[in-house]
Amino acid sequence: MPRLTVDDLKKIKEDYKASLTLREGGYRAKITVHMGTCGIAAGARKVMEAILDEINKSNVKDVIVTTSGCAGLCSKEPMATVEIINEAPVKYVYLNEEKMRKIFKEHVMDGKAVEDYALVIGSETAY
Amino acid sequence: MERYRASVMLCGGTGCIAGGSLKIKNALDEELKNRELENEINVVLTGCNGFCAQGPVMTVYPEDIFYEKVTVKDIPVIVEEHFIKGRPVERLMYKEPARKQTIPLMKDIPFFSLQVLRALRNKGLVDPEKIEEYIARDGYQAAAKALTEMTSEQIIEEMKKSGLRGRGGAGFPTGLKWELCSKVKGDQKYILCNGDEGDPGAFMDRSIMEADPHVVLEGMVIGAKAIGANKGYIYVRAEYPLAVHRLQLAINQAKENGLLGENILDTGFNLDIEIYQGAGAFVCGEETALMRSIEGKRGMPRPRPPFPAQKGLWDKPSVLNNVETYANIPQIILNGSDWYRSLGTEKSTGTKVFALSGAINNIGLIEVPMGIPLRKIIYDIGGGVPKGRKFKAVQLGGPSGGCIPEHLLDTPVTYEDIVRTGAIVGSGGMVVMNDLNCMVSVAKFFLEFTAEESCGKCPPCRIGTTVMLDMLTNITEGRGKEGDIELLGDMSRDIIATSLCGLGQTAPNPVLTTIKYFRDEYESHINEKWCKTGVCKDLCTFYIDEEKCKACGACKRVCPQNAISGEKKVPHRIDQSLCIQCRSCYEACKFDSVKIGPRSYMEVLKADMPAQEILKEMHIAALAGKEE
Repeated sequence: MPRLTVDDLKKIKEDYKASLTLREGGYRAKITVHMGTCGIAAGARKVMEAILDEINKSNVKDVIVTTSGCAGLCSKEPMATVEIINEAPVKYVYLNEEKMRKIFKEHVMDGKAVEDYALVIGSETAY
Repeated sequence: MERYRASVMLCGGTGCIAGGSLKIKNALDEELKNRELENEINVVLTGCNGFCAQGPVMTVYPEDIFYEKVTVKDIPVIVEEHFIKGRPVERLMYKEPARKQTIPLMKDIPFFSLQVLRALRNKGLVDPEKIEEYIARDGYQAAAKALTEMTSEQIIEEMKKSGLRGRGGAGFPTGLKWELCSKVKGDQKYILCNGDEGDPGAFMDRSIMEADPHVVLEGMVIGAKAIGANKGYIYVRAEYPLAVHRLQLAINQAKENGLLGENILDTGFNLDIEIYQGAGAFVCGEETALMRSIEGKRGMPRPRPPFPAQKGLWDKPSVLNNVETYANIPQIILNGSDWYRSLGTEKSTGTKVFALSGAINNIGLIEVPMGIPLRKIIYDIGGGVPKGRKFKAVQLGGPSGGCIPEHLLDTPVTYEDIVRTGAIVGSGGMVVMNDLNCMVSVAKFFLEFTAEESCGKCPPCRIGTTVMLDMLTNITEGRGKEGDIELLGDMSRDIIATSLCGLGQTAPNPVLTTIKYFRDEYESHINEKWCKTGVCKDLCTFYIDEEKCKACGACKRVCPQNAISGEKKVPHRIDQSLCIQCRSCYEACKFDSVKIGPRSYMEVLKADMPAQEILKEMHIAALAGKEE
């Protein structure tokens, strides 16, 4: 690695922001993919991969992805909940990769919920 | 760079590694690979998390889920349930001992939530072996500020205003120390770091060096600029191999990145830092002895003045600060002295790291604001004394410190208030003792340590500690005589007044404080030949109170000598000719029916084994004698 200058320190900090946001908190949006047996069987794994791919491509640093268990609506899987901090969470149903990418672009990035895919606004409390 | 959806911060401190965290890391890496999650879940081996008693521990982010006592067998379950299905594994979460309630989130566990992290701000949050992670947490920003925007005088002024005092034990103001050295003229000065942590039960500095080695280097860069040094040494004991390894790695990385060596950050400032491994002599934690040791000579203190600020390492002006002191410095430079003073008291500012050990539920490493009452540390953060036993005393400052009893537990932890009790804040070892501890033996334990570690240069320390140890040994073995307590006190004061260095000047503190607060224990050892805690084997007799005995057999099962007889529903008896005074029966009995009497009971009990009535009479006579 080359010798660093004062400006380089700031650049490294910026590059690593994403991993530290994960540990320190302070993220702007959280996407929870419901990965119960039902969700996994219905293709939740592909949905999750689609989000991670979008995050990588767009290089956003303040969005985190987590998994949770079955949301209780097994017939409507795959499901995901998108939660922008300080806004009500939105639950999306019958997802696939394509729909998830659209949700990421419109809801997570531009702040407009995709009503066509949404089931409900609001969420049960979980850790 | 790689983007992950979760980070597993697995503790790689010495404690957790001993508990198997390296094997856990391998198992985790392999399992994640098998499940094709290796690009989604990031596993980081961190420095000491602090909650050593529950180790191996790990925290999973972003959820902040805390898992304790993790084993290799748990890994497939964690991966399947938590990482794939998003269901945190409750079985491995922390359980609050008092209410048996499961607490999933790290931030809700009292052990963590009541702490304020400054010196330990990166513990468990960064990979200590990656300089980028340190930089991402504002690392080297303070060094950059000090080198580009501040003069030496401004740095010293800021340090003086912060009120930071040496965390190694003596509590000398850091800014003042730097100022003294900066004013001395010299073409060669040295900036030194004391990592020769030697107090039994102390592991603060080791944990900082393991968890966040770069913070020590950054603190030294700032100090070097302040005093005008271009060469530094970190003195670490060789018994800390992981600390040495991580520090060396950090030094190499910093050099490669132009953060150490020549022309740091293109500012024209030079500082080279080397590690010097000590062989573990306690006296080498004393500043002048430490410097002699780096010079390759025998580590022995010398009289001061001249002070190291004038004539230190190789007789050049030098500043020596402790690891924890350095760990505080970057934050002070970055956030200002007012921010630092916002915690603590007027004369004891900021926070202090303590190593909790002994008879306490939450053994581990903690950082708290100065001024916090001892009671809060022991009961709220430490979780109190385990197994329903009673708190007796807390030893602060290791062999240089003293024992603080129950009635002084509301003492705030500041340099001044703790000194008033007879103990010292010291480097931060906090050993908790319960009602099973004999205080005479505790004093003897610490004196054994200092007598062994005395370098032998000055007679008060060399001879004085040995004579005092002989007297304490006599007392614990039944050869104590009247006047011993007074003589111990006199000798203590003489040794304190006339020893050359801090080792001898503080060595009698454990004896003085135990005499001050637990004089009755010394008296019963000497006068009645009775160690009421059953620690001193020559001064006790174990017997069973037949009226209280429920004949449950608990004592019988644990007796290694098979000295206890008695069937179901028949009160048990101890055969005195077989008993070795191991105290197992006493600790096993749930009905308080195993009693500890003076040694004089033994003959009676041998003659007529149960002799409950005789004992009672003797007991009454003994009590009556005491009242006279």
